[in-house]
Amino acid sequence: MSSLLEAKGLYGGYGGVDILQGTNLRVETDEIVVIVGPNGAGKSTAMKAVFGLLKVREGNVLYRGETITNAKPEQMVRRGIAYVPQEKNVFPSLTVRENLEMGAYLMKGDLSKRLDKVYTLFPKLAERRRQQAGLMSGGERQMVAMGRALMIDPQLLMLDEPTAGLSPLLIDETFERIREINAQGIGVLMVEQNAKQALSIASRGYVLATGSNRHEDTGPNLLANPEVAEMFLGG
Amino acid sequence: MELTGIASYLVSFLTFAGIYAVLALGLNMQWGFTGQFNIGVAGFFAVGAYTSAILTTPSSPDYLGGFGMPFLVGLAGAIIASTLLGLVVGLITARLRTDYLAIASIGIAEMVRLFVKNEGWLTNGVRGIAGIDRPMADTALASPFAYLVIVVLFVAGVYVLVERAYGSPWGRVLRAIRENEPATAAAGKSIASFRLQAFVLGSAIMGLGGGLYAHFFGFLSPEAFMPLYGTFLVWVMLIAGGSGNNRGAILGAIVVWGVWSGTALLTDLLPTEHATQAAALRVLLIGVLLQVILVLRPEGILPEKPPRLTSRKR
Amino acid sequence: MSDILQLLVYGLVLGSVLAMGAIGVSMIFGILRFAHFAHGDFMTLGAYLGLAFISAFGLSSWWALPAAMVGMAVVAVFIDQVLYRRIRRTQPVILLIASFGMALILRSLVQLIWGSDNQTYASGIQFPWRLDWLGGLRLKPDHLWIMLISLGLVAGVHLFLTHTRLGKAMRAMSDNMDLALISGIPAERVIMVTWVIGGALAAAAGVFLGIDTRLHPVMGWTTLLPVFAAAILGGIGRPYGAIAGGMIIGVSMEMSTLLIPAAYKPAVAFAIMVGMLILRPQGIFKGTV
Repeated sequence: MSSLLEAKGLYGGYGGVDILQGTNLRVETDEIVVIVGPNGAGKSTAMKAVFGLLKVREGNVLYRGETITNAKPEQMVRRGIAYVPQEKNVFPSLTVRENLEMGAYLMKGDLSKRLDKVYTLFPKLAERRRQQAGLMSGGERQMVAMGRALMIDPQLLMLDEPTAGLSPLLIDETFERIREINAQGIGVLMVEQNAKQALSIASRGYVLATGSNRHEDTGPNLLANPEVAEMFLGG
Repeated sequence: MELTGIASYLVSFLTFAGIYAVLALGLNMQWGFTGQFNIGVAGFFAVGAYTSAILTTPSSPDYLGGFGMPFLVGLAGAIIASTLLGLVVGLITARLRTDYLAIASIGIAEMVRLFVKNEGWLTNGVRGIAGIDRPMADTALASPFAYLVIVVLFVAGVYVLVERAYGSPWGRVLRAIRENEPATAAAGKSIASFRLQAFVLGSAIMGLGGGLYAHFFGFLSPEAFMPLYGTFLVWVMLIAGGSGNNRGAILGAIVVWGVWSGTALLTDLLPTEHATQAAALRVLLIGVLLQVILVLRPEGILPEKPPRLTSRKR
Repeated sequence: MSDILQLLVYGLVLGSVLAMGAIGVSMIFGILRFAHFAHGDFMTLGAYLGLAFISAFGLSSWWALPAAMVGMAVVAVFIDQVLYRRIRRTQPVILLIASFGMALILRSLVQLIWGSDNQTYASGIQFPWRLDWLGGLRLKPDHLWIMLISLGLVAGVHLFLTHTRLGKAMRAMSDNMDLALISGIPAERVIMVTWVIGGALAAAAGVFLGIDTRLHPVMGWTTLLPVFAAAILGGIGRPYGAIAGGMIIGVSMEMSTLLIPAAYKPAVAFAIMVGMLILRPQGIFKGTV
């Protein structure tokens, strides 16, 4: 039985310079997998490479056993993979509802069921459905961004630093939501700077540094690992 | 010295090509060196030509002139006027995104054309300025061939100037901006300031081209500087020859002027009632030629091979 | 006072023309990220296509409008498929120059086929209504039609952009191209629709111009600068901004004749545009810079 997502030996980067040096990743259904590491380690780059936003020069990305290396984003969405970038992750001049609708652009039929699901998860979005996304606070925008991704009922949700710039209260809420999403059977792969908190909800984690894997283990084990704690888990 | 038919045609051809070469070299300084899209070349061309004409023609009751200055003073005036215009335009646009600069430059050319057309007290409006003399008129040195030599000398001079500039430390900064703007900015160089300098220098060269044109053609009118002749042809020349490349600019001028003149020879064979249609046909051909080049060989005849600052894995 | 009111009317008519052109330019700029220099000549060709249609079938002037709009929508998509798309994929930087070349190609085609003389849709002079209750304001029925039809077209565009999936996708792509692609929005289809709308509206502008004044091969090119000014004033990628920008520029241009010679009307548009570029490049409605 193949993994939900598997990335093997990825080499790639921007403009001819490889940032990823043989990166490996794996996500099973029902897992929350977290990627942590110092700045410039290539965490976001790895995610972008998996989603086809960056050219993978060498290596493979497999989704349920099917090779999807360098596939177009449209094909990723059709397969049920959703990606939430760290910045510029909403359509500012569109309303909340329109943002969500765009998330489900490729889906056929009535969107109301999908919208209801997202509104149930994020009640605040239901309240503000007619508000322009660009006018919302950082935390609310994060919700819109995630909601948009969830509209396709993905099997794999990829999040790039979902708690960046949020207050501690919102960070807690966000991680709680991610747990809820995962509980519904959606695999989650996320890059996080709040390593300690992220690893505490993670099934497994990867520590990346300078584009290659340094550690791979379950969440609790990484938290307990003194090397990891020293390097990254300052607070 | 009297020239026979073909030789005379050739001299005229080469002189025009030379003038356009100067314009193309000026445009290369703006586009090739710093990526600034000037679609208002006609404006600088016109300013140069008219300034030189106003300074050098004898006095006339119709418009402000009558300074009767010598040729070189006219050219100097052309360069200065064009430089000033370039400074004004550059200050507005140096910080703008490429497309905005292009739009603004069209506006400038249009403003110049409006000014020339309407301020007859200075430019004699649509009636134009006639009787612009060759240097040392009334002597043997006023022949077409002599003027060709003068133009060639100027082309050579401008070429040497821009090549030197390209190789100088100043040129290296320009190339650095093209290759990697963020890094160059981080190194403390003011991008906008360098862009402005290149833009102004390019404008000055275009003004020179205008001056050379005025004394060659002997007659100026607003119609001569319509976007087609003043701007589009120069762009096609630069792209066809190889943008970013001074030799390409000169080669492109000769080749494209050849194509343009060649089409004139062909359409001259048509009956005269089709004269305006023929002109439109020539424009159509040049337009299509440009598109073909852009799709098939956008780097032009002489691709640019600038010395790389750093080796890059491609 | 009556002068001012009269100029206001002329300004609103010109504004309608500019708005039609500016919406297209703004959307194309917002989604395809380049200034479409051939848009003026889209207007010209549209006007002439309309002329061809009514001449061929002996119809009255206003029939030129639907023919022009359909015709230019097709032409616009065709040009994009054959030329712009190829360049878009390899060297987007030169799209600008390609569109400048396209402008000249279209203009020379018009000259070749229809000649360089002025033409009109209908012969004879239309007599304006004299509205004495508004201080003797002269209003030609055509002016009223231009404004009403523009309003209708604007309403149509508004409905499209706010109530259809493709319309919302267009706004999304204009807002954030990367995110649109990540969401799986089909870029090429949206781009095609952008050209359909841009071409159709440009044709409408051309027909309006032709009805209000006359047809001439450079009619569109001379309107291009004010159209760009309107798009920039309103904010790139903001269709409602384009409409507001068009109206403001149109009225300003006409009103300016109270102070400066009419020949310098384009200078007013240019001055406003330069002012915006220096002071507030994102325009009134905060478009993409």
